[in-house]
Amino acid sequence: MALEIMPDSENIIIPLSQHIGKQAKPVVKKGDAVKAGSVIAEPEGFVSIPIHSSVSGVVQKLHVEPNTSGFPKESILIKSDGKDESEKYEPLDYKTVTAEEIKERVRIAGLVGQGGAAFPTFIKLTPPEDKKIEYVILNGCECEPYLTRDYRLMLERPVDVVTGLSLIMKAVGVKKGMIGIEDNKPEAIKVLREAAKEFPEITVEALETKYPQGAEKMLIKACIGREVPPGKLPLDVGVIVQNIGTATAIYDAVVKGEPQLYAALTVTGKGITTPKNLFVKIGTSIQDVLDYCGGVKDDAMKVIVGGPMMGVAQFDFAAPVMKATSGIVVLTKDEVNAHPETPCLKCGKCIEACPLQLIPTKLSRYSQLEKYAEAEEFNITTCMECGTCTFTCPANIPLVQWIRLGKQKVNELQREKK
Amino acid sequence: MPTTTANPAYKLELTSSPHVHSRWSTKQAMWFVVISLIPSLIASVLFYGFYQILIVLTSVAVCVGTEAGVKYIRKREITVKDGSAVITGILLGMVLPPNFSLVFTAIGAVFAIAIGKEIFGGLGYNTFNPALVGRAFLQAAFPVAMTTWTIPAFSDAVSKATPLSSLKFDGIPAAIQPMFFGNIGGSIGETSALAILIGGIFLLVFGIANWRIPLSMIIGILVFGALIWLINPAKYPDPLYHLFSGGFLFGAFFMATDWVTSPLTGKGMWIFGLGISLIVVVIRVFGGLPEGVMYAILLMNAVVPIINRYTKPKVFGETK
Repeated sequence: MALEIMPDSENIIIPLSQHIGKQAKPVVKKGDAVKAGSVIAEPEGFVSIPIHSSVSGVVQKLHVEPNTSGFPKESILIKSDGKDESEKYEPLDYKTVTAEEIKERVRIAGLVGQGGAAFPTFIKLTPPEDKKIEYVILNGCECEPYLTRDYRLMLERPVDVVTGLSLIMKAVGVKKGMIGIEDNKPEAIKVLREAAKEFPEITVEALETKYPQGAEKMLIKACIGREVPPGKLPLDVGVIVQNIGTATAIYDAVVKGEPQLYAALTVTGKGITTPKNLFVKIGTSIQDVLDYCGGVKDDAMKVIVGGPMMGVAQFDFAAPVMKATSGIVVLTKDEVNAHPETPCLKCGKCIEACPLQLIPTKLSRYSQLEKYAEAEEFNITTCMECGTCTFTCPANIPLVQWIRLGKQKVNELQREKK
Repeated sequence: MPTTTANPAYKLELTSSPHVHSRWSTKQAMWFVVISLIPSLIASVLFYGFYQILIVLTSVAVCVGTEAGVKYIRKREITVKDGSAVITGILLGMVLPPNFSLVFTAIGAVFAIAIGKEIFGGLGYNTFNPALVGRAFLQAAFPVAMTTWTIPAFSDAVSKATPLSSLKFDGIPAAIQPMFFGNIGGSIGETSALAILIGGIFLLVFGIANWRIPLSMIIGILVFGALIWLINPAKYPDPLYHLFSGGFLFGAFFMATDWVTSPLTGKGMWIFGLGISLIVVVIRVFGGLPEGVMYAILLMNAVVPIINRYTKPKVFGETK
């Protein structure tokens, strides 16, 4: 399924917060004319980024609107005029651009990580002075099953991916770059190796196909054999991880001078009429995307934004596509495989499955019993909520769901102590 | 104007992630275990006659009935459909001597479920393998009936003794080959190593039995058996005799691999399996009983919580 560009919707909803950090401050008012790429909200504070209009049109109002996170958010509503006029930054030559220019461009272009957490990219490109960074690793493993948008980006824009990575390396001042790709994507490995010939410091690694291989910690371990300790960041083992989508977005921002106007996303699952990979304008409603893909079938049971393992089930299709939206998955009953829950059978399958070598059955039990001290002792906060334990559990216990709850409680208690 | 309420056009579920699940369920896993026992059932009918099916059926019926009864008394949901009581029933039936009394079988089945399982809270909470609890009770209550063996169908042997008891009490070892196919004295389901292996490999392939437990038990019995045998090859049985005699393989594939009563971690499973084999060899060689698999598994069941505590896996990235 090649990526295609979805035509602009008439009504666009752009949330002021599409990233981790402080919400941006609106700088437009009702009736203002904007172009695609016009700044409509400025960053507030350090961990914040500007927000751009994704279409040309007229600002309707500032209003609290549904959001794919489940929590309604302040958003700017724009009516598209269909002219698609755009505003761009000055294109820069990737060969002569400086590290400072790259970082500034990434900041003003409002880029966020495409892996799901939506952390502002420019901060990630500015590691603390005391951390010595040796590697930049691009995640070509696709964060979730069902999604294929990173795969399509690699196949269709291999030169941009590799050039984007070289820009990240230049910005951080790192000599070694890697692209980790699961070995079930031999085509992507081939084209990227070909594209990387121009950059001798970039290598492409074929990795075992195994969810969650695209998780930062797993990716680093698979590529260079280092383990990120509990409570630490990739920076602490000398690595910065970025996503394929982030690399192409950086390429667009620097070389083409475009802020992020589109989200590349996979629309799939047995419940959607025509699965597609799409470039969708940020702010397009889920409903419009679903309609563009022929609509939802009658036996659809769940509509998820993100992937089936970590995504969020949606209840309001008016919620818009955001910068870090990676997919919309429509599942049928057949795919969900809901079985009744039974008591824990102590089979140990969750322990065998846990990529971080935790004991999910214990953690979920402690969480259920509100024994937070024990949960903390058994490293509940290390859990990355990949969901593999719940997927595997033959007793169908909602393990990661309990752990997620316990993790929040433990984090709250830790904050209170400080 | 975008809507702000749920779209009534679709009936959607809103649970939190993950949104997909493997095809496994408790019920499915349990019925797979039942299937894996079919080869051994066929072998027992072949060697000891149709009556053995009656023993197994009696055991199953009473186990299921007892579980339903206890759940009813405790005012809990009746969960016999999950198949776990059926498994306990089959397992108990298969570790009894051929042509065993149906009444005694029923008594053992009541004990297995009521005391072995439900008294702890039911499925998932019991410490000991319920089928073995039932057998241990019968062994204590009806020792003579429990050691009265039958000559199998295709054998020209005159002794009804099991290979282990003939060796222990008469000093006469049996040949390995009939022990492998099952044409020899012993409990209903335990005599045919071949049938057990077919069912056991089925369980391993589907990941229901963890391979570490049977493997560690087999390695254990060969190593510990060899150590003793090397001391005095004339007096003690060789390691293969240990492996193929008694209920060892049946225990290794169907009893010790019980999820609920075996350790949680891979390392724990190795300790568990090796421990069982060590106790089996000690009982067989030095104890008063010819066979010790049942007691070995029950003893190791008892230490599973301790094993779990000391085999906590090292968390990813932890340096200790």
